[in-house]
Amino acid sequence: METLTSDVAIVGAGGAGLRAAIALAESNPGLRIALISKVYPMRSHTVAAEGGAAGVIKDNDSFDNHFNDTVAGGDWLCDQDAVEFFIHEAPKELTRIEHWGCPWSRQADGHVAVRPFGGMKVERTWYAADKTGFHLLHTLFQTTLKYPSIKRYDEYFSTDIVAVDDACQGVVALEMRTGQLRFFRAKAVIIATGGAGRIFPFTTNGAIKTGDGMAMAYRIGVPLKDMEFVQYHPTGLPGTGILITEGSRGEGGILVNKDGYRYLQDYDLGPPDPWPRKKAMELGPRDRLSQAFWHEQQKGRTIKTDYGDVVHLDLRHLGEAKINERLPMVRELSKSYVGIDPVDAPIPVRPVVHYTMGGIDTDINGATRVGGLFAAGECACVSINGANRLGSNSLTELLVFGARAGRAAAEYAAAGGGAAVSEALVTEQAEAAENRVLALFRRTNGIEDIAALRRELTATMEAGAGIYRSEGSLQEACAKMAEIRQRYASIELRDKSNVFNTDLTEALELKSMIDVASALAVSAYHRTESRGSHQRLDYTDRDDEKFLKHSLATYAAQGEPRIDYCDVVITRSKPGDRVYGGKQE
Amino acid sequence: MRETIHQLEVLRYDPETDTAPHFQTYAVTCQEDWVVLDAINYVKENLDRTLSYRWSCHMAVCGSCGMVVNGEPVLSCHAFVRDYPEKIRVEPLANFPIERDLVVAIDDFVEKLTSVKPYIISAEERPVESGENLQSPEQLAVFKQYADCINCLLCYSACPQYALNDSFIGPAALALAHRYNLDSRDEGRSARADVVASNPGIWECSFVGACSEVCPKDVDPAAAIQQTKIASTVDYFMRFLMPWRKQ
Ligand SMILES: Cc1cc2nc3c(=O)[nH]c(=O)nc-3n(C[C@H](O)[C@H](O)[C@H](O)COP(=O)(O)OP(=O)(O)OC[C@H]3O[C@@H](n4cnc5c(N)ncnc54)[C@H](O)[C@@H]3O)c2cc1C
Ligand code: SF4
Ligand code: FES
Repeated sequence: METLTSDVAIVGAGGAGLRAAIALAESNPGLRIALISKVYPMRSHTVAAEGGAAGVIKDNDSFDNHFNDTVAGGDWLCDQDAVEFFIHEAPKELTRIEHWGCPWSRQADGHVAVRPFGGMKVERTWYAADKTGFHLLHTLFQTTLKYPSIKRYDEYFSTDIVAVDDACQGVVALEMRTGQLRFFRAKAVIIATGGAGRIFPFTTNGAIKTGDGMAMAYRIGVPLKDMEFVQYHPTGLPGTGILITEGSRGEGGILVNKDGYRYLQDYDLGPPDPWPRKKAMELGPRDRLSQAFWHEQQKGRTIKTDYGDVVHLDLRHLGEAKINERLPMVRELSKSYVGIDPVDAPIPVRPVVHYTMGGIDTDINGATRVGGLFAAGECACVSINGANRLGSNSLTELLVFGARAGRAAAEYAAAGGGAAVSEALVTEQAEAAENRVLALFRRTNGIEDIAALRRELTATMEAGAGIYRSEGSLQEACAKMAEIRQRYASIELRDKSNVFNTDLTEALELKSMIDVASALAVSAYHRTESRGSHQRLDYTDRDDEKFLKHSLATYAAQGEPRIDYCDVVITRSKPGDRVYGGKQE
Repeated sequence: MRETIHQLEVLRYDPETDTAPHFQTYAVTCQEDWVVLDAINYVKENLDRTLSYRWSCHMAVCGSCGMVVNGEPVLSCHAFVRDYPEKIRVEPLANFPIERDLVVAIDDFVEKLTSVKPYIISAEERPVESGENLQSPEQLAVFKQYADCINCLLCYSACPQYALNDSFIGPAALALAHRYNLDSRDEGRSARADVVASNPGIWECSFVGACSEVCPKDVDPAAAIQQTKIASTVDYFMRFLMPWRKQ
């Protein structure tokens, strides 16, 4: 196996990976940077983000507001030191990317415009029409082209992190064009591989979001933190799961049930008027809105379709001009994929798996407990999102913590990396990773089918670990995941070509999905309380005494992961009630 | 939901075993709201694990899934099966080397994109503390459409000039160069001129507008090329008439 040596290797070229690469290149132009991604950078799923990125910029807003919205929105499971850093860096990062050319939407006077978003007390979400992630990603990608020290490895699929004596030595990756494996030797590695929404059948996440980086870190002993917290977005298109951005509610869209009734007023989010109003009704937090849908469904007040029950998102009162100006993509998506023009008719929507709050356990610098291994973006858990992420915080998170992890990795690498380790052990580990892939590639007589196993996995997660969970449902999910893990050992590839073999990459992704899904199910089983997006039918209250804690799932080669807990960092906001709607006043 | 059976004729090519590309036909029962990508995914999941193609977002924004369907370059995640006859022929994008099946090598585009310096160039980098640049909605509107390019490369597949002459920078890269030239925050037009205006291709572009016709995002690269040409002509004459003028 060929070895390619650099100072820092970044796995993932979405918003977080690209921002980290620029931070590295700027803080130390002498560093050799390898940017590895299984898809071309502009295909990364950051591209799909629509609504916007939060950062305090207007005079009617304050850092305290952003802090309080984020911490309460996360049901007090956020680390408050991380949130503090995040909210202060946010406007700087959003301004920096403005300087780099991001086409932010503007007010008439030329200043950037902001829009309201769910759970935010003041409008503070910067947006580029309803293609914010797209513009952010392309601006970052195009800006990286300035830096000769960033060497890209596009369409290289990373399979393993190599670590010896708890110090990271690099990653192994498959060059998809040739089928060759390479060892990317590096003093430091940043994992920026995004979320894992694909472990559920109905999701806004693209095909590539299979949790690979989480699984790679997990397998070398880095815990996955708070994995039980999965965000359902309340408004996905039935069938495809395509997202209708919260920006549409920020602009004044309303949600109604089969009787045309704005049902959110029945769930502590009302009164419905005046509208639009911050942190009320349709601008409540996502966990509450998705849970309200579930209750409406139980009461038989949702609308039946071929793709499951829906409610209606009504934008008609905004009028054609405003819809075209502010929400052009929403109109286009709705017309194309469900045949409905929101100018004339309400859009059918249902809750859809959207975001993984949990992820690789890192400190505020993005550092993990393995020396030289960093993580940033959706794959990481810093944690600013706690038990429920507020919409538009995560694009900002990519920038803030991508940059921070980049700078921390630059320092680590410039200082020479970790202590010297046995070269023989490094080679042995890298070769072991290579051999695992080769064994999978060459295996014959397999009886299990990759696509079928993947369907079973996603169905298991939906049935057992969906919007509402219980001991029974989670026990079943855990047992089923153990079975799927066993059966994975007897899959066989049908494609034996070395060239762009997606049978092989899907098999590798399935392995990641199994690891991540198991950690999720077991973590959820052990959290016997309800908090944020984690709702238990058998433990309906938040239990601060026992569970004002982060869960940490540690990989076990055999059997279930071990679950430990660590304290949440509380600096200035004591856990209180999450209050939305009229009760705020 | 209504279902129809389609014959999906897919171009297959594995450089390890095939001497030339060939077609393979799959019968697929499609639901009426399916896109071509759904039919291909059905094949991959249920009929043939060896088929290779790119996709991710399934919402016409990541730009991975460009293919030629019944002769037209389209995003396969945005091409509805109901709009096609029973026979649907799926080929990789034209004018790029085939890497495998429906996957083409796009290295040439990535190099060209890099060569036009698609980023803000300004004399001095402003510190973030100085705040945002002011840019009016009108100034934004001048370049916004060209910033909407998703790099799907349908336009290269449709471009007769690129087909003849692969040194042509091509529609999307030129549209993106133009996007930065038009941005009120940018001062890099002369830095880009070397590559853009001196590219023989732009003078040979015959303005058939095939690129703009197939573009799924209404970027209108043909207009960008036209405007670039006019601006470059003006630059060229200005250099002789007013040599003291700042470039
Ligand atoms: C539809 C949608 C809309 C959203 N809207 C908003 C919004 O309006 N505001 C907001 O704040 N957030 C939004 N989000 C959330 C936000 O977009 C994501 O959390 C964020 O973009 C994740 O970025 P990332 O850089 O961490 O990962 P990604 O952009 O997903 O990138 C991951 C990268 O890792 C690479 N990678 C993965 N695995 C491997 C591997 N094995 N080997 C090599 N490379 C690998 C991929 O190729 C890719 O380059 C939205 C999310 C979705 C799905
Ligand atoms: S100009 Fe249009 S067709 Fe060409 S790459 Fe960009 S989006 Fe695609
Ligand atoms: S899959 Fe992303 S554009 Fe079609």
